[in-house]
Amino acid sequence: MKIVVPVQLVPDLVEELVVDKSGKALDLDTVRWIISEPDDHAIEQAILMKEKDGGEVIVLAPDFEGADDVLFAAAAKGADRLVKITGDFEGGLNAHALARALHPLVKDMNPDLVLTGVQTHNGLDGPVGALLAEYLQIPYIGYVSNVSVQGNKALVSKDYPGGLKAEMEVSLPAALGISSAESAPRYVPISKIRMVMKTSKVEDQDVGDLDPSGAAVVTRMSPPESAERATMITGKVDDVAVKIVAIIQEQGLL
Amino acid sequence: MNQDIFVLVEHLRGQVADITYVALAQAQSLAVETGGKVIAILFGGNAVELSKNLAADIVLHVESPVLAEYTCDAYAGALTGLIKEKSPRAVLVGDTTIGAEVAGVLSARLGMPLISNCVSVKGGRFSAKICGGKMMVEGELPAEPVLVAMVPGGFKVEQGQAAKAPEIKTSPVPDLSGVRVTFKRYVEPESGDIDITTQRILVGVGRGLQNGDNLELAEELAEALGGAVCASRPVVDQGWLPTTRLVGKSGKAVKPKLYLALGISGAPEHTETITGSEMIIAVNTDPAAPIFNLARYGAEVDMLDLMPALSEAVRKAKGG
Repeated sequence: MKIVVPVQLVPDLVEELVVDKSGKALDLDTVRWIISEPDDHAIEQAILMKEKDGGEVIVLAPDFEGADDVLFAAAAKGADRLVKITGDFEGGLNAHALARALHPLVKDMNPDLVLTGVQTHNGLDGPVGALLAEYLQIPYIGYVSNVSVQGNKALVSKDYPGGLKAEMEVSLPAALGISSAESAPRYVPISKIRMVMKTSKVEDQDVGDLDPSGAAVVTRMSPPESAERATMITGKVDDVAVKIVAIIQEQGLL
Repeated sequence: MNQDIFVLVEHLRGQVADITYVALAQAQSLAVETGGKVIAILFGGNAVELSKNLAADIVLHVESPVLAEYTCDAYAGALTGLIKEKSPRAVLVGDTTIGAEVAGVLSARLGMPLISNCVSVKGGRFSAKICGGKMMVEGELPAEPVLVAMVPGGFKVEQGQAAKAPEIKTSPVPDLSGVRVTFKRYVEPESGDIDITTQRILVGVGRGLQNGDNLELAEELAEALGGAVCASRPVVDQGWLPTTRLVGKSGKAVKPKLYLALGISGAPEHTETITGSEMIIAVNTDPAAPIFNLARYGAEVDMLDLMPALSEAVRKAKGG
């Protein structure tokens, strides 16, 4: 079983997001890049499957600041091969451009399964997994939270609203958009990642010029203008607690 | 290309998804601008029943055993044929567990541009919400036929509903023999837990909980208030609470009288499903958290400090 996991780095939303001078994009100097959370789950799912059935896990990440850390962390969890996609990402990297860049690389790897995070929070042109699946001419199922492989088929569990799930069978090779792994992504201590850095190798793969067509052009970016903003309750924690209780009482709920 | 607007009707077990009505409302407004018709695309199901209140000029119904239950492969396959044949100006879907992937596959297959996370399209411009609702982006709607994956916020569900049932046309069954995905069965949500959709008061906890051990503080607060604890995705992903307590796109939509959002940033995935709450009080240490744009009251304090203090204050107020 060969599992390829293309991951993406996204701005850490814990940090303040600043729009750059163009007014069309984030100020990249202020962005802290982290692995997209569903992608972290995709890595975990791949490792869990490898632990169960054996096989090889290859993780790919575009060359953003922090990409090496993401790749070495994946190796510390059990990934076998690490690939960094290099190229000119100056103008940003949309899902279409990334899927097109991944297509020949992933095709050459000839995987049984491609696992990606089902979405990124900053995506404006669809899920990379679905686009890549179509370029690879393989089927796609997104919002997957459980996968088991039987022969040349995979049985997957797809999430629907309200906690409902659907079981679907898909012929391999296939691409799956992971919403959550069967168990939460494991924690790897920094010491283990440091050890792995000494023994693992990150392969660079240059993808040349990118083709971003298929996404709309953004002409303006701004924080949302809210018609109404919450009335802020100020003071020390105990004061805030008393004021909240007063509001709840006013509503007749206490 | 003609000027018609397609809307994919998303339905599961006899229920049309709310987002389909939102997309129909958007389609109606877009059709006024283009001069085209709104055509709802319905795969499988009971056409008469599912179509009865769709605000569309025509419902195009395609019936096939392969389309009886949703799979991306079959839906994308059937839509490919219809789009090629009728060449609509735009195809609208929900940016959901169904629409997002269908739109992705079609975009790659047909070379159609795709706008996801779209809140509205008006006057040839789109606006979309990204970065967990912390940023809005705008741009021109591409001139060629386009795929649009809608999120709630621009239109109300009622705007996409009509009193009169639209005309239903049956479309020939496309060749779907190459479909590689098979629907097997539905798996019901775990039962035996409380139903968060019927609670008067909900204590919603998010990433700010930091650690599963802190859940006890939330449980204590919920008990004092006579409510229940629910959570956003990160908390459930960590296994701290079961999926029955998940509020969000792949969880439940809730409408309590009071929603106490603690350490929840307010990503659209979560906020879209709490808008029916009568009152939201948000607590978050991040002043830029989008939840403060939705809540009636907010406080910039640490939920971990607030929870015990609030439990105490509630108990005191109740005379306990």
